[in-house]
Amino acid sequence: MAKVKGAIEVDIERCKGCEVCISACPSNVLAMSKGVNTKGYPYSYMLNPDACIGCASCGYICPDGCIRVYKIKI
Amino acid sequence: MSNPIINPKNLVYEKSSVLLDNTMHYCPGCSHGTVHRIVAEVIEEMNMQDKTIGCAPVGCAVFIYNYINVDFAECAHGRAPALATAIKRLNPDHLVFTYQGDGDLAAIGTGETIHACNRGENITIIFINNGIYGMTGGQMAPTTLVGMKSSTCPYGRDVQLNGYPLNITPLLAQLEGTCYVTRQSVHTANNVKKTKKAIRKAFENSMVGKGTSVVEVVSSCNSGWKMSPVKANTWMEENMLKAYPLGDLKDK
Amino acid sequence: MEEVSLLKGNEAIALAAIRCGADGYFGYPITPQSEIMETLMAQKPWETTGMTVLQAESEVASIYMVFGGASTGKKVMTSSSSPGVSLMQEGVSFLCGADLPCLIVNVMRGGPGLGTIQPSQSDYFQSTKGGGHGDYKLIVLAPASVQEMADFVDLGFTLSSKYRIPSMILSDGAIGQMMEKVVLPPFKPRQTAEEIIKQCPWAATGKPANRKNNIISSLELDPSKMEKKNVERQERYRIVEATEVRYDEYMCEDADYLIIAFGSAARISQNAVEILREEGIKVGMLRPITLWPFPSKVISKYAEKVKSMLTVELNAGQMIEDVKLAVNGKVPVLHYGRMGGIVPNPEEIVDALKKQM
Repeated sequence: MAKVKGAIEVDIERCKGCEVCISACPSNVLAMSKGVNTKGYPYSYMLNPDACIGCASCGYICPDGCIRVYKIKI
Repeated sequence: MSNPIINPKNLVYEKSSVLLDNTMHYCPGCSHGTVHRIVAEVIEEMNMQDKTIGCAPVGCAVFIYNYINVDFAECAHGRAPALATAIKRLNPDHLVFTYQGDGDLAAIGTGETIHACNRGENITIIFINNGIYGMTGGQMAPTTLVGMKSSTCPYGRDVQLNGYPLNITPLLAQLEGTCYVTRQSVHTANNVKKTKKAIRKAFENSMVGKGTSVVEVVSSCNSGWKMSPVKANTWMEENMLKAYPLGDLKDK
Repeated sequence: MEEVSLLKGNEAIALAAIRCGADGYFGYPITPQSEIMETLMAQKPWETTGMTVLQAESEVASIYMVFGGASTGKKVMTSSSSPGVSLMQEGVSFLCGADLPCLIVNVMRGGPGLGTIQPSQSDYFQSTKGGGHGDYKLIVLAPASVQEMADFVDLGFTLSSKYRIPSMILSDGAIGQMMEKVVLPPFKPRQTAEEIIKQCPWAATGKPANRKNNIISSLELDPSKMEKKNVERQERYRIVEATEVRYDEYMCEDADYLIIAFGSAARISQNAVEILREEGIKVGMLRPITLWPFPSKVISKYAEKVKSMLTVELNAGQMIEDVKLAVNGKVPVLHYGRMGGIVPNPEEIVDALKKQM
C-alpha cells in the first residue's frame, strides 16, 4: 500500500512534448496528449493519476519548468 | 474533474520564481532548460537574486537572460571568464557565474578559461558539454566524440583529420586555482538533483573565496544529434558518459 | 601650490588613473607602454583607493575584462600598443555595441604587423574609422605632451560615461616614453556602489525586486529593433560631433599656410612653424585634440583663408583624408610623413612646406 499519493499540474502552454518526464516517471503515470497546445506541441498529462507518488522526478527533469507537483500522506 | 491533491498546501515542487515565465526558445528536451531551471532554483534558495551577475555565452544559451531573472552581461565567444574575472574582482560581494558551451569554453575561449581557473577567480563556470555546436547548426565541437557525426565531420570525427576530443575538465582540475571541479548530467531526476547540489556548492565556494569552481554538465543536443529527446538521453548515457564519466574530479 | 612632477607620459597616465578614481585597470605588457601597468602595480592602488589592477593573459582577455567591469558601471581602462590594440578590436566593437563606457590607451608603434617598437601614428584609421566590425565610433583624444597624457585620463572617462561611448587616448611611443614636467590631477574618490546604481541605472549591479533584470548586450535579432539601436547610437555620435570637438591653434590668425598635425608630430611641427615665421613665412598650425570628433568645421573655415595645407603625420597619410573631406577641394592639401618609427626633424617639415608654396 502506498503511503503517499501525488498529482501533477502541467503548464500546457509551456510544455513542448519532449517526453523526458514520461521516461523519468517511475510509476508510469504520464503520457502525451492526443491534442496539441496553441504552439502545436502535444503535452504531458497524467494518464494514470492513481499511480502518482508525488516523487517530483518529472518536475526535476522537465527542461521547461512546466510541472507543479503535489503530494499528500495517506 | 479536479484532483483534490492539487491544492497549494500540498505543493512539493514548482519552478523557481527566479526563472521567468517566458517560454524558452530551446528545442524540446534540451538540457539547457533543465540547467537554467536549477541555476534559478539555487539562486533563489541562496537568496542571492539581487546579488547575482551572470555571464551569458554565445550559442543557444545566448538568451539565458530572458529566462533567469538576474542581471547579465552578454559575452563574446569564449570571453566569459575574462568578463567574470573583472566583474567579481570589482564586485566581490556578488555571485558571479559564467554559463558556457563546449565550443565557447574549450575551443575559442580555452585561453580565458584556463587562465581564469589558474588565477583562482572566485567565480563558477557552468560548462555545458553536448559535443556539438548547437546554434550554428550542428558543427564539430572540441568535445565531439571520435566517430560522432556532425555537419563538419559528416563521416564521423576522424582523429587523423580532426584530432582527439578535448577532455578539458580534468585539465582544469589540475590547476591550483580551482577548488571544485565536477562533472554531472541532467538526464535523470537523480542526476538533476546531483547537478543542483554541485552548482550550489560551486556558488557557495565562490562566495567564501575558495577559488574557481567548474561544473561540467554532460548534456544532450537532440536536434544536433538528430534524435528524439528521450533517445538522445539514452545515447548520451551510452556514449558521452563513457568518454566523459560523471563524478567529482576535485573538491578541496 | 601645485606639485610639479617629472614623469614619463606612460607613468603620468597610470598616476592620473589612480587619482581620477578609476576602479580597474586590465592590461597585457607590450612596448612602448608597459610602464603604465608597471607604475600601477608599483603604486598598489588597491591598498589606497581600492582600484583593481590585473595583468591579463592577453589583450583579448584585457579588453573583455574591461567589458566585464564596464558592464557593472565601474570606471575601467586598459592600455596597449598597436599590435595589442589590433587584438582588442573585437572587444572594442562589442563595447560599442553594448554602449559601454571605458578608456582605452593606445601608445602607438609602427606597423603593420609586429612592425617596430618606435613611435608611429599609423593607427589613425583604426582608431577613428572603427578597427572592428559594425558602425561605431570611439571618442579619440590625441595628447601632445605628458601633461595632456595625465589630463586626458579624466577627460576620457568623463566623455565616455557621458555618452556611453568608449574613449581612446591615442598617443605614441614618443609621448609615452618622454619625460616632462606635469601637474597631476587632484584626487577624486571612486564612485560608491550607490552612486553607480544612481548614475548607471542600466548597469548589471544585481537585480533588486523593483526593476527588470539589466542585460548588457550588443545582440538583437529583430532587425527593426536593431536598426533603432543603431540609429540611436548614430544620433549620439552627431551630438558628440556638434559639442565635443577640441583643437589647438598656433599662429593661425594671419596664416597663409596651415600645418595640421596631432600628437608628437604637432610638437615638431610647432618648431617648424617657428622657423618658418622667422623667415617671414606666415604659417600656422592647427592641432586636432579630438581626432574623432574631427575639427572639420574649423579646417573648412581655414580653407577659405589659407593658400594650402600640409598634414604632418608619422604615417603614410591617414588624417589627410579627413582634412581633405573638410577642405572639400578648396585649397591643395599635401602630406608629409615618415614611417618605420622615424620621427622627422623640423627642417624636413620646413622643406616640405616650402615645396608646396
